Amino acid sequence: MLQKIYDWVDERLDITPMWRDIADHEVPEHVNPAHHFSAFVYCFGGLTFFVVVIQILSGMFLTMYYVPDIINAYESVYFLQHEVTHGVIVRGMHHWGASLVIVMMFLHTLRVFFTGSYKKPRELNWVVGVLIFFVMLGLGFTGYLLPWDMKAYFATVVGLEIAESAPVIGGFAKALLAGGEIIGAQTLTRFFAIHVFFLPGALLGLLGAHFYMIRKQGISGPL
Amino acid sequence: MSEKEHKVSRRQFLTYSLVGVGGFMAASAISPMVRFALDPALEAGGESDYVAVTTVDQLSEEPQRFDFQVEVVDAWYTSNQPRSAWIYKEGDEIIALSPQCTHLGCTVNWNANEDHPNQFYCPCHDGRFEKSGQNVANTPPTRPLDIYEMEVRDGTVYLGKTIERKTV
Repeated sequence: MLQKIYDWVDERLDITPMWRDIADHEVPEHVNPAHHFSAFVYCFGGLTFFVVVIQILSGMFLTMYYVPDIINAYESVYFLQHEVTHGVIVRGMHHWGASLVIVMMFLHTLRVFFTGSYKKPRELNWVVGVLIFFVMLGLGFTGYLLPWDMKAYFATVVGLEIAESAPVIGGFAKALLAGGEIIGAQTLTRFFAIHVFFLPGALLGLLGAHFYMIRKQGISGPL
Repeated sequence: MSEKEHKVSRRQFLTYSLVGVGGFMAASAISPMVRFALDPALEAGGESDYVAVTTVDQLSEEPQRFDFQVEVVDAWYTSNQPRSAWIYKEGDEIIALSPQCTHLGCTVNWNANEDHPNQFYCPCHDGRFEKSGQNVANTPPTRPLDIYEMEVRDGTVYLGKTIERKTV
């Protein structure tokens, strides 16, 4: 049945070369855990992406209940966690997944560093990877404010103080991030917009570049 | 043993295992989210509280409109919403009808159209109902006016939620 549907589409659109091009590639022996168990370190990048997919999905579902507004934000988070079935699981996935992304990304970075995979000709991919790292930190920082509880609020107070301490542009950076003089209504909507539209957009673009380059250049050779 | 003696080839077995395990993992990640999204549609309707609307001695054979407020819990937002009912006595029985037209939900009025006395009239599409709430044939509504759940305690009329009726 599925095979027939696939064949019907393939006959008309010739999709086999497309997915082959994406999915079908050689896995060298030195990165295959079936040959050398220690090669599991090469899985960290893929696992980071897996957690990112979970983050995107759970985040999409959370916005069905969440309201980015100083009156309703906390109440809506409380409601979705305590009143909606499986809310505690979906919010839990997003909450713990956020930390897990940072951990996996860090392990991936260590692997790339210690195998020397950042060296010529892969310098640009390292640069893009570092940009992804900053986007992830931004997602973590902006997402932290959204529940609008005490921890969220004062963490953002501290974060924006740090931004303000930057020389010359500090005051401007703080006002831009906070959306005004005080950390309040405008900060929350601003952080929400950054968290669900701007940074995920940037992240998808950077991930596209990251994956394109690894396919173009191939996996780096054995040590 | 040749490959042909097996019902399932090595490659097929691998494909089935990978798809099975992958599908299980994907399902365990996705299913809580889907249930989470479906929650409002699967939630059972809550029990409604009875609200004091009027006293029995104010009622007559003629339907009168009574306005009252009900507490509506909308997720994390609780508010008082206005409701009204057409209430009249028929012998010892008290009947409280919803003013919502069963055609498209406009508000009906008693005796509001000179051409159709002693009927509920809906101004939107000329829907009409008898005093009992029975919809008048050949007008847009297809079922009688909803009736309120009602309780009388110590001479006070309490109304609950509305009940749909197929016939009066």
